[in-house]
Order: sequence, then C-alpha cells, then structure tokens
Amino acid sequence: MTSLPAQVPGQKKLGLVIDLDTCVGCQACATSCKEWNTQGYSAPLNDRNAYGASPEGTWLNRIHGYEVKGAEDEQSRIVHFPRSCLHCEEPACVTVCPTGASYKRAEDGIVLVNPETCIGCKLCSWACPYGAREYDYDDGVMKKCTLCVDRIYNKNFAEEDRVPACVKACPTGARHFGDLGDAESKVSRLVAERGGYDLLPEMGYKPVNKYLPPRKRSNEKLKAASGESEVKSDGKSRVDDFFRWADRLLSR
Amino acid sequence: MHPAYSVILFTTASGAGYGLLALLGIVGFNHGPSSSLWFGAVAIIIALGLITLGLLSSTFHLGRPERAWRAFSQWRSSWLSREGIASVITFAPALLFGALWLGFIAKPQWIGLAGLATAAMCAVTVFCTAKIYSTLTTIRQWHHKLTVPVYLAFALATGAVLLMAIASVFGLYQIFQAGLAVVALILTLVLKFLYWRQIDAEPRNRTIEAATGLARAGETVRQWEVPHTAKNFIMNEMGYAVARKHAEKLRRLVMILLLLAILVTVLTMAAPGLAIPLSIIAFLLAGAAAAVERWLFFAEAQHVVSLFYGAERA
Repeated sequence: MTSLPAQVPGQKKLGLVIDLDTCVGCQACATSCKEWNTQGYSAPLNDRNAYGASPEGTWLNRIHGYEVKGAEDEQSRIVHFPRSCLHCEEPACVTVCPTGASYKRAEDGIVLVNPETCIGCKLCSWACPYGAREYDYDDGVMKKCTLCVDRIYNKNFAEEDRVPACVKACPTGARHFGDLGDAESKVSRLVAERGGYDLLPEMGYKPVNKYLPPRKRSNEKLKAASGESEVKSDGKSRVDDFFRWADRLLSR
Repeated sequence: MHPAYSVILFTTASGAGYGLLALLGIVGFNHGPSSSLWFGAVAIIIALGLITLGLLSSTFHLGRPERAWRAFSQWRSSWLSREGIASVITFAPALLFGALWLGFIAKPQWIGLAGLATAAMCAVTVFCTAKIYSTLTTIRQWHHKLTVPVYLAFALATGAVLLMAIASVFGLYQIFQAGLAVVALILTLVLKFLYWRQIDAEPRNRTIEAATGLARAGETVRQWEVPHTAKNFIMNEMGYAVARKHAEKLRRLVMILLLLAILVTVLTMAAPGLAIPLSIIAFLLAGAAAAVERWLFFAEAQHVVSLFYGAERA
C-alpha cells in the first residue's frame, strides 16, 4: 500500500546522522554499501562495463565533494558529502508508486522497494528531490538504500554489528545510526548538540536522516597566498622587524 | 528530464485519440445515431486505435512490462495508477457508445448518455495523465497550474483536427468542424504561450547553497568532485540538457506549427472543395506541434536533484 502509515506518538524513525565535519571522502561507506547490498536485499546491484573504459552501475550511496568558497578573503573549504536515501517522513516516492512496490514501514519508518512487484516505471525517482533511487538496468526495477534492513535486525550478527554496512565501515566515525524519533537517543542528542540539519526542508519531505555541519575552523581568516607580503610590525619582535626590512629592501 | 520516446508517443497519440473519442461522444449526444456507418466505424476505430497504441507504447518504458497490471492497485495515492484505471474504464462506455451510435444496439435513446459518459471519461483520463506531472514538486516547470489545461487543450485540439480530417475523407466536412478545430488550436496556442511566459518569469530560487546547506553568509558552493567515474542513472534521467539550449527555437517551431495548422484549417472554410488534403495537412501540423511540445516539456524540465550534481540553481 503506497498510502503512508499513520504516525503514532513516539514513532520509531530509524535513520542516519552524517557528520560532514569528520567525513574524509574515503568512499569506504559507498563500497561497503555496494558490497553488502549486491548480495543482500537488493541483490544483485548491477554493474555495466565494469572493467571497460566507462564503468557504471547502481549505487545506493554516493559521495559528492563540494567546494565552499569563503566570503571575501577566507579560504575555500572542501566538504565531502555522502548522499543516500533520507527515509523521509513524507516520501512522495512512495505515494506516487502505482503498484505498491514502494512502501514506508510503519514499525521503523524505513522506506523500501519490493523488487518482486516493482514495474520499473521510474516515477519514484522523479518524485525524489535527493536522487536517492537508482534504476537497475539489468533487473528492470528501482534500487534504493534499505538502511541495511537485513543487517540491523539480523540475530546472526553480534549486537555491535547490527548497524548499516556504511556505518560499520566508516573509519572516522562520521556516520551514526539510531532512532531519530526518540529525543533521548544518542543520534538525537548529537543532532541537537551540533545543529544537525535537513536537506531541502522547504520541500516538505521531512527527511529523517540529518547532516551535521562542518565546524568553524580556527584559521579561516588566514589569507590565501596573495603575493602581498607587507605585514605591519607589531613592535614586539626585533627579528621579525629585521626580516620585514630585508623584504622591503629586496623588493625594490 | 530525459524525454522517453515511448512516453511522448503515448501522451500525444492517446491525447489525440481521447480528444477525438470525446468529440464523437458529444456529436452522438447532439445528433443521435451516426449519419454514416462507415464514417462512424472508422472514426471510433481510429480513436480507440490511437488510445490503444499509446497505452501499449507507455508500457515499453517499463523495466518489467509483464507486471504492468499491478499499476491498477494504488489509486488511493498515485495519479499514475488512477490514469491506468481511468484509461481502461474508458473502454467500457466507449465500446457501448460505439455499438449504440452505429446502430448495433438499437436503443437510440441511450446514445446521448453513453456519449456523454465516454466524453467525461476521456477528459478524466487526460486529466490524470497531466496530474502525474503537475503534482511533482521536484520539477518547477511541471508543478505549474497550466500543466493540466495544456494537456487537455492539446488533446482537444488534435482530436478536433482529426475529426475534421476523417469527416472530410467521408465527404461529411462541415464548417463547424473547422470552427471547433480553430477555436481549440487557438486555445492551445494561447495556453502554451502563457505557460512558457510564466515558467520563464518564475524565479529559479533553489540554489546549490540551499540544497547542500553548506554555505554561511556570503559564501558560495560549487561541485568539486563528482560521485562517480561515469554517467549514472540520475544524470541520464534528470540531467538531460540536449534540447534546453535549443528551447527558444523549438518553442518558436511549436508556435509556427500551431499557427500553420490554424491557417490551413481556416482555408478549408474558404475552399471546402479542398477539404480532404487541407484537413489532413492540418492534422499533420497539429500532431507535429504536439510531439515537439511534449518533447520540449520533458527536455526543458529541470529536476531539483541537479543541484546536488552541480547546477547553480533550479
């Protein structure tokens, strides 16, 4: 059923909190996601021309890199930006689905595609503002992040391994998994402390996943090498004054 | 947005089919039994043929066409599902109307009701098709109040010109058919012109800065590294920009084709003796206008996800 489940008080909302401050863009989350999901719920995740000049395939998690150009004389910052399904509370990808293959689970809010009933019309990918759904050209159905639904409840795993593959793989601890419906959970507290934010909140999809903004750097005001070497004397260091004098002399 | 040729064929062919079928229903409501069995039979067959051709071609873009029947299940939330159901339901009053109108069922008192029901279902189906697009908030150029009227107008206009062409071939050309076609074509032209003016005037106020949430005051964001080594599905499907750079020329082409269709239709009034070739030319012109317009409708549409892939604004 593609109508959304009713929200109950204390609704469980499983999701990810992604720390853009500590993410180093190593792609470990993307590769472990691909590795797990090509044998799990979404198996197989197609690859085309895998060893050719232009390999492409279905990935459920992709890592963008953005350059944030500083205002005025500030330095630019590079931010690695993992992007996957945000398991929205108002997922239009679910309601547009004509077959009921797309659904949002009432018990934990995970958004899934049933690969047995999807007809591959791709309308859900049009409805998603975040580019979370990718079409599998070999399988003819849509694939998306399952929040590793086949790991997080898996009794065959030790307790600490019952997290999404991307979270388990992240070497810098930039990915956190938990219940964002519970204000006291570790992930919710992290979001509150660090000012976690929603992507495109004005679109009304109410994403569950949150992003933690990069922390302000201490040296942001440092000028980029601008060829301007003249720095005023602070009158404290004789040695610095000497080099400043030498610099002026040599610049003539 | 990538223009899937099967979807363009579907929406233009079935649009003309539904327009023609709706007008036949109204003709039946107004005039009772068909004046000529052959004209009526051929017109109904062409209308249902175009609709069926369109419906079949729409399944070609599915990854799993053999599961298409499942699309009838989610009418509570999905306009695509509603469109599928409406398109199939329409066959019932349409076939009944055809049988009554052509005299296979000798109950002429029911022709009017069946004709009106057929016309209403045609309008409902085209309405549902347009709603699929107009309810997508992710695409500014589609999430627009004129999307639905333009779809309906194109269906009516191409259907009206087709009705005139078929009637001419059977020697049943009448001035009012041309008049109706001219009015529908002008309406289409005006609506589409207004649509283009309005989407151009709207601010493209979604930015890469707002989408990524990374910029503080006075900062700008640009894509530094792409998340792939080759093109991916999202870029193929949402990042289609081939026709966007030719948009101005193609818009002019659509308007010229519509104007020529209007002109040629008016000529049939002046020279009814040439109604057959002129009305066929008018239909080809209107059909070409609909196809280019539909292609442009996709190609000009910019999806908000393009912001994550480096577009500055959408």
